[in-house]
Amino acid sequence: MTVAAGSRPVGIDLQENEENRALVEAIEADNDDLTIRHMPGLIRLTKNGSLVINQASVEARLGRPWETHELQMAIVTYFGEFVEWDDDQIVIAWNH
Amino acid sequence: MTVPAQKPARKLSMKQRYTALTHDLDWTPTYVTEEQIFPYTGFEGIKVHDWSKWEDPFRLTVEAYNKYQAEKDRRLYAVLDGFAQSQGQLGLTEARYMNAMKIFIQGIPIHEYDAHRMFSNCARYLNGPGARFAALCQSMDELRHAQTEIHTLSHYNKYFDGMHDWHKWSDRVWYLSVPKSFFEDAMTAGPFEWLIAIGFSFEYLLTNLLFVPFMSGAAFNGDLPTMTFGFSAQSDESRHMTLGLEAIKFMLEQDEANLPIVQGWLDKWFWRGYRLIALVAGMMDYMLPKRVMSWKEAFELYFEEQMMNGLFKDLEYYGIKPPRDVQWAIDEKEILSHQVYWVLYQYSHAAAFQTTIPNEEDQKWLMEAYPDTWPVFKAAVWDKAQRVMDSGGRYFNPGLPQLCTVCQIPMGFTEPGNPLQQCQRQSVYEGERYDFCSDGCQSIFDNEPVKYRQSWLPVHQIFQGNCGGPTLPDVAAWYGLQPGDGAEYLGSPDNLNWLAWHGQAVKEA
Repeated sequence: MTVAAGSRPVGIDLQENEENRALVEAIEADNDDLTIRHMPGLIRLTKNGSLVINQASVEARLGRPWETHELQMAIVTYFGEFVEWDDDQIVIAWNH
Repeated sequence: MTVPAQKPARKLSMKQRYTALTHDLDWTPTYVTEEQIFPYTGFEGIKVHDWSKWEDPFRLTVEAYNKYQAEKDRRLYAVLDGFAQSQGQLGLTEARYMNAMKIFIQGIPIHEYDAHRMFSNCARYLNGPGARFAALCQSMDELRHAQTEIHTLSHYNKYFDGMHDWHKWSDRVWYLSVPKSFFEDAMTAGPFEWLIAIGFSFEYLLTNLLFVPFMSGAAFNGDLPTMTFGFSAQSDESRHMTLGLEAIKFMLEQDEANLPIVQGWLDKWFWRGYRLIALVAGMMDYMLPKRVMSWKEAFELYFEEQMMNGLFKDLEYYGIKPPRDVQWAIDEKEILSHQVYWVLYQYSHAAAFQTTIPNEEDQKWLMEAYPDTWPVFKAAVWDKAQRVMDSGGRYFNPGLPQLCTVCQIPMGFTEPGNPLQQCQRQSVYEGERYDFCSDGCQSIFDNEPVKYRQSWLPVHQIFQGNCGGPTLPDVAAWYGLQPGDGAEYLGSPDNLNWLAWHGQAVKEA
């Protein structure tokens, strides 16, 4: 039985530190029904369907320009696929 | 006539930059054939019709790659410096924690280097520019991982035993043949099988189980440098996961005939990788003085939830089924770490790490994490080991264990549903008998007996006289082990040094 991509969880684990606080807050603001789990040194954000990171939201909280490539400094792991990684937005979701 | 002021050129978008600097730099050869330039992508039977369909979601360019990797290294080395300056080793939870790191330095960096070599090969010999560039980045990452892991742990080598000859041990010592044979197995396959073996099965399916709980465990045990290199390496790992996922999807989308080949590799490499990280299960549950989560919980979180409920539902679209022996792995999650650590405990007199009986606090945790299975193992083995200790001895197994021909782990695994009944499978090939720990390892052998009959099995090598001599001291000398590297932790130089350092710290305070 196939479970639709929209209802399966995707997620991202980030290093939990001061540098990444704005990023985490931006993800929290832009994704409803986020599940958050803290482990030593890292924070795990999961959600059913898709998870979005918006450049504008991160920049607004960070108070400086932030290019989406910078996610690479924060990410520990993820599950799902990067269905989009552009200048203004990153989206993690399953395809099928 | 007025000339309109020239508009400044629009900045290229990320996608345009990536395309211009990777795909657009490729050209079609005219003096030689494609087969002459890329001779290795034909023999495995994978059909590719259009290499330009290989997508890299990260859209990295050389410039962006260098910029972020340099920053990652700057951050790591700042931490290493601060830790060394502040005598950070004194702030670990306990010296026995270091045994997990001994296994790490003995078993991992050298194979990061192997991965560097193979991805260099892919960066030269894959036909498509997108695939080549992603492989080039990963090749450089793997070299960085080998170097940063060695640099980071070299600090501890000044203060603890069991780290001084990891390079030599990797080629010789029995348990290190497990990771060595795994990587050399993958390196001696073709490029597409390599991508499924390491890129997909190891990096995407299983690596989270190696790095994430472990590095979180380092953070929890006062090991700041390991946490930092771990998370630094892991940030590259998300790119590697993406490459692995792209590799499998690309093969499946290019031709339907690729499906059975890919499924076969997936079945094989899931099981190979899963058996390899059994060592991690033992380390997580028994060697960390403070635990973040149990192996069982990590397996549920990072494998069952993410992969079984997420990834494999996605791959179903292409006709891919979950790995053949996945249920066996799921059924083992309650017992795996107990079995692995018991193997390590009884043979640590011939190893470069130390073990000890779980103390009262450890046992309480094990009981909470494994209420159904811990009491079974406690009664079956640990109570006996404790009685030996109480009477002034220490139980070591005086014999040499039989090894599984494929995973090379001593035969300590059990039949499904019976945690105390050893599992033993046998196949006969050209008149010789070969033994296996599980259905998974047996079927891998049966599919490629000509390859696996060549396994360099450490125990067989000892019996054949290739490891320094017939006695334990002979073999230990050939391994390059020194007193203090292995055996019991309690009373070892590491243990006594630790107590002395802290005794002194208390007196001075």
